[in-house]
Amino acid sequence: MNAPAPQGIGLQVRDLCKSYNGHAVLNHLTFDVPAGEIFVLMGPSGSGKTVLLKHLIGLESPDAGEILVAGQPVSDPGVMTRYRVAMVFQSGALLNSLTVGENVGLYLSEHRLKPPADIARVVAEKLELLGLKGTTDKTPAELSGGMKKRVAIARALVVEPQLIFYDEPTSELDPLIAVTIGREILNLNRRLQVTSIVVTHDRDLAFGIADRVALLHEGEILALGSPDDVQANPNPLVQRFLKADFRFTPEPALP
Amino acid sequence: MFQDIGEILLLLGRTLRALPHTLRQQRKVCDQLFEIGNASLLMACVLSLFIGGVLALQTGPTLAERGLQSFIGQLVGLAVCRELAPVMMAVLIAGRIGSAMAAEIGSMRVYQEIDALRTMNINPVHYLVLPRLIAISIGLPVLVLFAILVGWMGGAIVSCFNEAIAVSFESYFNSLRQGIEPLDVVNGLLKSFAFAVVIGVVSCHQGLSTIGGPRGIGRSVTKAVVNSIVLILLLDYFLTRILMHLHT
Ligand SMILES: Nc1ncnc2c1ncn2[C@@H]1O[C@H](COP(=O)(O)OP(=O)(O)OP(=O)(O)O)[C@@H](O)[C@H]1O
Ligand SMILES: [Mg+2]
Repeated sequence: MNAPAPQGIGLQVRDLCKSYNGHAVLNHLTFDVPAGEIFVLMGPSGSGKTVLLKHLIGLESPDAGEILVAGQPVSDPGVMTRYRVAMVFQSGALLNSLTVGENVGLYLSEHRLKPPADIARVVAEKLELLGLKGTTDKTPAELSGGMKKRVAIARALVVEPQLIFYDEPTSELDPLIAVTIGREILNLNRRLQVTSIVVTHDRDLAFGIADRVALLHEGEILALGSPDDVQANPNPLVQRFLKADFRFTPEPALP
Repeated sequence: MFQDIGEILLLLGRTLRALPHTLRQQRKVCDQLFEIGNASLLMACVLSLFIGGVLALQTGPTLAERGLQSFIGQLVGLAVCRELAPVMMAVLIAGRIGSAMAAEIGSMRVYQEIDALRTMNINPVHYLVLPRLIAISIGLPVLVLFAILVGWMGGAIVSCFNEAIAVSFESYFNSLRQGIEPLDVVNGLLKSFAFAVVIGVVSCHQGLSTIGGPRGIGRSVTKAVVNSIVLILLLDYFLTRILMHLHT
């Protein structure tokens, strides 16, 4: 293995604003993610988490404010060539015209980073890591939702990123695989100092792996800090979100 | 449609600038070429057989009444190679291949596959547009060459077997040979090359600018085909003028 050891790169967000059709989705967001951190973003559905990630990786351009990746504006085309950045999409976003193996190896083959035999080996390795042995020649249409998600994660890991974004990596996975993914996120971060930004609704995952947690609500950061700080945050909205569970008391039966 | 023309030209420019990357995309070019041939060659041949035939059928009796039936080879031959084959094949390909391009790229757009490419630092113009544009620019002229030959045959068959015309194969092809220079065929191929570029770039542009869900894809496909055909017919007039001018 002659894998270059990527060093994590940091990210800064300054006064980021974005609205769609007059509706503000991101509202003056400012925060830093230092290199090598696992930063978990939580928040209700529709609070703008996916939109935020798309801005952070440069797929969308903000109305105002700036995003710096390793100190350079993410809109600068050079950033993506100088640094390795990867994203796991909420939907997986696999290329349907390619097989699973081609999807996972796409970054390496398209940029001619390795000879085909090595690519095949790396692909097999990553697929096995995610419990997808034997799916190499399948097409995405033949996979279940959770399998697609794992292929998407494999595809991102192949990049050997210095900065990685996960959009709900465990949302369609059973608890066992979710734990594996969580462990892998942690591993990657501890081994290679990969800066990881994880959007998730899974509180166990969030508090299990996060260095810091941010809670997004209607485009604003409601709480930000270490997992303990956030859990102790007195804001009732934060508490409602973190404590919501299924064990409700049934209403008394009518007499 | 016309407000898109600026963007379409921009996309064309970006694709032309990506031309040095063609060799890297050769496998995709071949796949696309196969797609074009596979989807359209038979259809193109059948269509042009009938186009040549109907042209002979429409003009033959009138020529024969005036004793000019010996010119029918020349008439059908010129019309097919300079006008009908390039235009009809372009319309066929806009419907079969342009629509497929817009649908495929449009669904990649809607299902975030293009976003995924961009996060992998893969340029969608290099990866998607370039191979398609090259394949269609090679494929359509080849198809037109077939169409011309088959169209001439169609004209010959009708001229020979229709008793109102009754021109033998031999005199049909004699007249055709006398009336047509290789330059006329080149003329038709040049036109078809221009039409191919129009179909490719319009359809890819439409695909890339797809918004909304499956309905957006449907809209893109329709617009790609309609806009391509309109542009082809407009361009045809001006290209004919220019090529005529060069010819003389
Ligand atoms: N392209 C767009 N055009 C218009 N509105 C958009 C667009 N993208 C997102 N929005 C809006 O922005 C808001 C936030 O969407 P986003 O996808 O970021 O939510 P989310 O926090 O990721 O939710 P979930 O947890 O359900 O994935 C939503 O109200 C959505 O309607
Ligand atoms: Mg989301």
